[in-house]
Amino acid sequence: MHYRPNRGFDHAVPSEITPRSVYERRRELLKLMALGSAGAALSGWAARDAMAQAARPNKLAPLPGTRSAVPGAITMEKLTSYNDVTSYNNYYEFGTDKADPARNAGSLKTRPWTVAIEGEVKKPKVYDLDELLKLAPMEERTYRLRCVEGWSMVIPWVGYSLSELIKRVEPTGNAKYVEFVTLGDAKQMPFLGSRVLSWPYVEGLRLDEAMNPLALLAFGLYGEVLPNQNGAPVRLAVPWKYGFKSGKSIVKIRFTDKQPLTSWNHAAAQEYGFYSNVNPNVDHPRWSQATERRIGEDGLFAKKRATLMFNGYEAQVGQLYAGMDLKKLF
Amino acid sequence: MKTAVLSPDTAPSPRAAVPRRRSPLLHPAAKPLLFVAGLLPFAWLFHGALMNTLGANPAEALIRSTGDWTLRLLCITLAVTPLRVIAHQPALARFRRMLGLFAFFYVVLHFLAYSWLDMGLDLDAIVRDIPKRPFALVGFLAFVLMIPLAATSFNRAIKALGAKRWQALHKSVYAVVLLGLLHFFWMKAAKNNFAEVAVYAAIIGVLLGWRIWHALRKS
Repeated sequence: MHYRPNRGFDHAVPSEITPRSVYERRRELLKLMALGSAGAALSGWAARDAMAQAARPNKLAPLPGTRSAVPGAITMEKLTSYNDVTSYNNYYEFGTDKADPARNAGSLKTRPWTVAIEGEVKKPKVYDLDELLKLAPMEERTYRLRCVEGWSMVIPWVGYSLSELIKRVEPTGNAKYVEFVTLGDAKQMPFLGSRVLSWPYVEGLRLDEAMNPLALLAFGLYGEVLPNQNGAPVRLAVPWKYGFKSGKSIVKIRFTDKQPLTSWNHAAAQEYGFYSNVNPNVDHPRWSQATERRIGEDGLFAKKRATLMFNGYEAQVGQLYAGMDLKKLF
Repeated sequence: MKTAVLSPDTAPSPRAAVPRRRSPLLHPAAKPLLFVAGLLPFAWLFHGALMNTLGANPAEALIRSTGDWTLRLLCITLAVTPLRVIAHQPALARFRRMLGLFAFFYVVLHFLAYSWLDMGLDLDAIVRDIPKRPFALVGFLAFVLMIPLAATSFNRAIKALGAKRWQALHKSVYAVVLLGLLHFFWMKAAKNNFAEVAVYAAIIGVLLGWRIWHALRKS
């Protein structure tokens, strides 16, 4: 009998895991060693600790974090390059083309910044960004990000579990949902005049989803503060849901008893459900969700890779949806 | 472009009251130039794919731009007749076939890019994918309708069909451009992003509207 609950595949210590590129060269390495070039061949092994870490790009202020101990928080997959992570963005307030946000988000002012906690909580409060930065220890987490459009990335975030903040504000018994309101300021955001969505952009989670330790309040990526186009200064990263569920540049978190009306759900309810969990078995009306293209990694002519249920986080979050018909509640 | 031979003081026939200048559209280099111009987007995309300068998602960039160029070339092809009539430039008609064939060239690339880059040339998956998604089905239908037009574009096909039947067949280009527009609209509708679609809709509206107006005036 097994007494340990199945929590999926837990990595012991990430740095002990040999990178795929190294272990796939095992035969080659053995050959090289036999030929006497063992020293040169072994440099790959020596470098494997270094390869497991994300190097800082030295573009923005550093934001260090310790490696997260939350189960599932660190995937060992190859990281998407900093350049791709910061130049291929959906942030419609700064333009609908994926290259637009990197070009236009310079006008976003991330200081001073406050996040108001409102609604069904015992301790409502307006937090200053500096307070939030010190609220809990920063952790490094490497998540898969799956966009509803059919592409994916692997991003090393810096932040802490959203639950840390939620615990401090003490939701009342009426709190069933959490609404995330993002910045909607026409002075800083050139595309707020477009009628693509109703602004400000609003997202939401069920309270138990928000309390799952994997739901991350992110302040940085690649060991530095968030670039504006990635949702500076504070955003959500909910790795088992499609990317649009993770609001950027959050200014308000409201606890409610009713399911929030989220922006995409409001714009096209039949296409974007409230839950929007990554699910290869439920297609978007306009395209299949069974496969995805990993940005910067899968070659132009490579077959797209299979999308995993809950984006591969089923062991950690599957129980949240036990008994729900995910085809109806997509 | 005018050559010295054709300049008004050397070329006029003695009887012509007004010296008739040959349109630059009739210059022997006009068609080769258009051919090179039509290949420029392809060259640019090919170079971008090779040098990896198409952004973070080159597959998507290739699929989208080949689609964009198909729609643009369809618009340009459909602009030939109105321009020819309005500007009294009968010589424009010589370019229509090549422009239409370039539209076909880019739609083939578009379909190939989708089949290869998106579907990994998995015929089963493609056959299942297209009917499932209305916007893809509409685009595919436009592509299929373009095949007989491209296949009957050469002179002997026109002779074999007879001018009337050939013209009737080639009127289906109107259906093609409308299906193409609907395909584009439906794709963009997923993100409520209609700005670009509106531009194409306006252009196509003018091009088809002019034809209706022209036909009504003649009858």
